[in-house]
Amino acid sequence: MTEQNSTGALIVKITVLTIGAALLFAPFLFQDVRSLEVAARICVFVVLVASYDLLIGYTGIVSFAHTMFFGFGAYGAAIALKQMGPGWDAVMVGGLAGMLVSLVVAVAIGLLSLRVKAIFFAMITLAVASVVLVLASQLSDFTGGEDGITYRAPQLFKTATKLAVDEDGKVLRLFGVKLNGKLAAYYFVFATSLALFVLMFRLVGSPLGTVLKAIRENEARAEAIGYRVVSYRTFVFCIAALAASLAGTIYAIWLKYTGPDTMLSFSIMIDILLMVVIGGMGTMWGAVIGAVLMVLAQYYLRDLMGAAAEATSNLPILPELLNPDRWLLWLGIIFILLVYFFPRGIAGTIMQKGIAK
Amino acid sequence: MKNLTQILARMGGVNLLPVAVAAVAFVLIGVPSSWVTLTVAGLAMGMMIFLMASGLSLVFGLMDVLNFGHSAFVSLGAFVAASVLTWLAGWLGADSIFLNVMALFLALTAALIVGLAGGWFFETVIIRPVYKDHLRQILITMGALIVAEQLILAVWGGTPMAVPRPQFLEGAIILGDVSIEIYRIFAFLLGLAVYVALYLTLNRTRIGLLIRAGVENREMVEALGFRIDRLFIGVFMLGSALATLGGAMWAGYETLISPSLGAEMMIVVFIVVIIGGLGSIEGTLLGAIMVGLVGNYVGFLMPKMALASNMILMMAILMWRPSGLRPAVK
Repeated sequence: MTEQNSTGALIVKITVLTIGAALLFAPFLFQDVRSLEVAARICVFVVLVASYDLLIGYTGIVSFAHTMFFGFGAYGAAIALKQMGPGWDAVMVGGLAGMLVSLVVAVAIGLLSLRVKAIFFAMITLAVASVVLVLASQLSDFTGGEDGITYRAPQLFKTATKLAVDEDGKVLRLFGVKLNGKLAAYYFVFATSLALFVLMFRLVGSPLGTVLKAIRENEARAEAIGYRVVSYRTFVFCIAALAASLAGTIYAIWLKYTGPDTMLSFSIMIDILLMVVIGGMGTMWGAVIGAVLMVLAQYYLRDLMGAAAEATSNLPILPELLNPDRWLLWLGIIFILLVYFFPRGIAGTIMQKGIAK
Repeated sequence: MKNLTQILARMGGVNLLPVAVAAVAFVLIGVPSSWVTLTVAGLAMGMMIFLMASGLSLVFGLMDVLNFGHSAFVSLGAFVAASVLTWLAGWLGADSIFLNVMALFLALTAALIVGLAGGWFFETVIIRPVYKDHLRQILITMGALIVAEQLILAVWGGTPMAVPRPQFLEGAIILGDVSIEIYRIFAFLLGLAVYVALYLTLNRTRIGLLIRAGVENREMVEALGFRIDRLFIGVFMLGSALATLGGAMWAGYETLISPSLGAEMMIVVFIVVIIGGLGSIEGTLLGAIMVGLVGNYVGFLMPKMALASNMILMMAILMWRPSGLRPAVK
């Protein structure tokens, strides 16, 4: 009995499928604006985290430039939608441009630095990403600077758009949900994210995925068997960059706003890292679990911490530490403890349970 | 052509690079007084960056540990020194140069002590369990960086903090039509002193011999019966203390500091270490001076390019020498 079909793996798979179902019916299950916002963010981050997991979990590459690719996709779409006006042609042009830039940069970084030590690569990606972040906030004519860009999404996704009307010409409701453009936008996000996730899932199950794992486990041996490690690494780095770029385009269309804080900042990179580690490196299932937990924590944990800070306001220090602004502190501590004690993350640890020895 | 290469190598090889950059800049700038000001500024900046980067490079060379949390020490040093200086504001304003120097000395010492203590804590609690596991090392030190930054935010708050300077370091010396800020000269001299001290320790003392041997071949040093793990803690604490010292100097240079200082400096420090070659003090000094000079010259000649200049410099040097200018780790 392998790890793939242990009882633990079954639990993980059922959990992920439940999450998938919840996301599929999210607009009907949770009928308020904020929940839909959360659901869309989860969809996009699942793709982003899964593509990052391709690097860190499957191939053993640590890159800090993943938000940069996310940002390329987002800014591509944003600039195109702003300049060309809302339309599908702008989305196509922007998305493709973002992907092209991502690809070129990924190839350049990969060929230049993937042959050196992992640590060197991590430093170089960090340097490149931070320079791009600074450039994005400096070239304000082009990128809107710190304020970012607001623009309109294609006609179909406007809240005022009616997908179906009843006899009176009003928006038709299905189980109490208005069939308007917001719903179409959500399902666009969901469907594209699902497609990208399934593609990556297929990729790691393919012979290519096995080669990547071989490189992670023992680089010298993989090279000795006859696999060109640098080519494979560069290839997977490009694939991950493209996926991140597409995720960025999707999120840009959903948010109708692109700025350095939401798309490029280093805190997004930290979020992705946390998601991968919490969910479990080296399993695509883990990406889903990590993304869901982190996004939920981001939206709801802060409220909880605010309440806790108020409840303890009479005690010294505690309220300061429980301040909602300090939530990254706690996540950081959880992150360190996880890396120490559960390096395989939630999904990895559960999947190990119930393996017949 | 071959003769030329040999002559260059005899004269110092890559060490001539900053001189070459300065010469090219002299031609491009054309105004000697601006050039002198910029060169001094570049050297001072380079020396401060050297202070921050040397610890990172040493620790990597000896321990094969890359501490992504290194920049937390830079901000920590800056804030500790700034707090001490604010606390001793009365001494700073006094006419007596003795009180001035004492205040500065106390501020730098406080930063150093915090750096040593923080380094000890960091090494034993955070890094010890993940030796030899690069992936987890990167993740753990990154996590530690997040926690440390948040703690600094919790203690000192998010608003920028003004840093008072001692009276005797204010102002500038004016030679002809060249004016040179005194603080820059001080920063340069302090950096130089630290470099000389490090160089002598590494090359002339027994401890230095052990450290260099550890960089070359750790197992062999252990086999000869030396407790290399104790040496590790020592070097790590020293490296962290140098970072806090660099941060403290930087705080006085900027005079207005915010908690994002560490994150901003981290990128520069990384670029310096990559350019210089990991693990060597000489390389780090070379890289730091290059970054300082190029940053200042480009900032003057083409202000719009200033941000990308470090990046372009790093790319160019990596194309030319993939493992940095003077790497110690083969």
